[in-house]
Amino acid sequence: MFLCIYYICIAGYTLTMHEVALMSSILDTLRESAVQNGISNITQIKLVVGKFSMALPDSLLFAFEALGQEELFMGAVLEIEERDINCICHDCRQSFSLDNDYYFICPNCTGHNTEIISGRELYIDYYEGD
Amino acid sequence: MVQIKLESNILGSNELLARKNRSDFKNQGMLVLNLMSSPGAGKTTLLERTIEALNGQLRLGVIEGDLYTDQDAQRIEKKGVQVIQINTEGTCHLDAGMVGKAFKDLPESSNLDIIFIENVGNLVCPAEFDLGEDYKVVVLSTAEGNDKPLKYPLIFHQSRAVILNKIDLLPYTDFSLERFHKDLENINPTAQTFMLSGRTGQGIREWTDWLLEEVNRKKGKI
Repeated sequence: MFLCIYYICIAGYTLTMHEVALMSSILDTLRESAVQNGISNITQIKLVVGKFSMALPDSLLFAFEALGQEELFMGAVLEIEERDINCICHDCRQSFSLDNDYYFICPNCTGHNTEIISGRELYIDYYEGD
Repeated sequence: MVQIKLESNILGSNELLARKNRSDFKNQGMLVLNLMSSPGAGKTTLLERTIEALNGQLRLGVIEGDLYTDQDAQRIEKKGVQVIQINTEGTCHLDAGMVGKAFKDLPESSNLDIIFIENVGNLVCPAEFDLGEDYKVVVLSTAEGNDKPLKYPLIFHQSRAVILNKIDLLPYTDFSLERFHKDLENINPTAQTFMLSGRTGQGIREWTDWLLEEVNRKKGKI
């Protein structure tokens, strides 16, 4: 699925970014599901994107505009919900959230044995259509 | 109007293929490292020095990811190890499907101890794509500046080892080792750090000693 060439040429610039590959995969999933469910026009798409994924919402929206040009996606609104970064410390069992500092050391016990419990999401939640 | 709940992971197909790769690598008992950096940080030179240093001790193979050319693969081939080239034709990262295909092209008899996957030069996208490797390894060079871990936290957080390359150029740059270590400790407190120069060979030994240790661990000797 990710083997294709992903280029968008706009105003003479050639742009390659992985959000294009991601959006291509999202649209494939939606096309397949729409056929299965007898849907010919999608009106709303909801994505969930963690703040610690490398997918930028603006770039996803841009890729959607560029790639979703067919009848099925005409007029569809792409909504992207961003999820904050939250971690748990396996030493003291406290959870903590990260702002923009990306410090993965536990603020409670200074333990290093921490794990991300949210913020890495990258999924299609639902879509609506007729 | 109907609502269809999908909860479908966008990277799901890649993750399935990565799981398959991981199981294939495990069956053959080989250590697989996904080497990532920005363009020009010195991944290929590091591989050349690593191959020279481990010559005769380990059987090495390289999967070489590049946008269009096979220049890096030619350099590695000269060192006498197995190389499989992947050209991504413009895609900014390798994915598990590409690596799985390349792995099949390696002769079964090669019986390798380590496969290095040299990813496309990019600090953003490769971090998102699991290839089935044992470890991600990120290479940063002093000339790029010490702010990279903070600017690209995901790739530094995901990596088991962080290599600071071109350490011989340190006196000629504004790179702050203190700041680099402090940021890295916060982003990835358990990362193994190596400071070396692919050009002069300084610090290569510590890196190859770690590789030998990890190969033994993978083969269950530790």
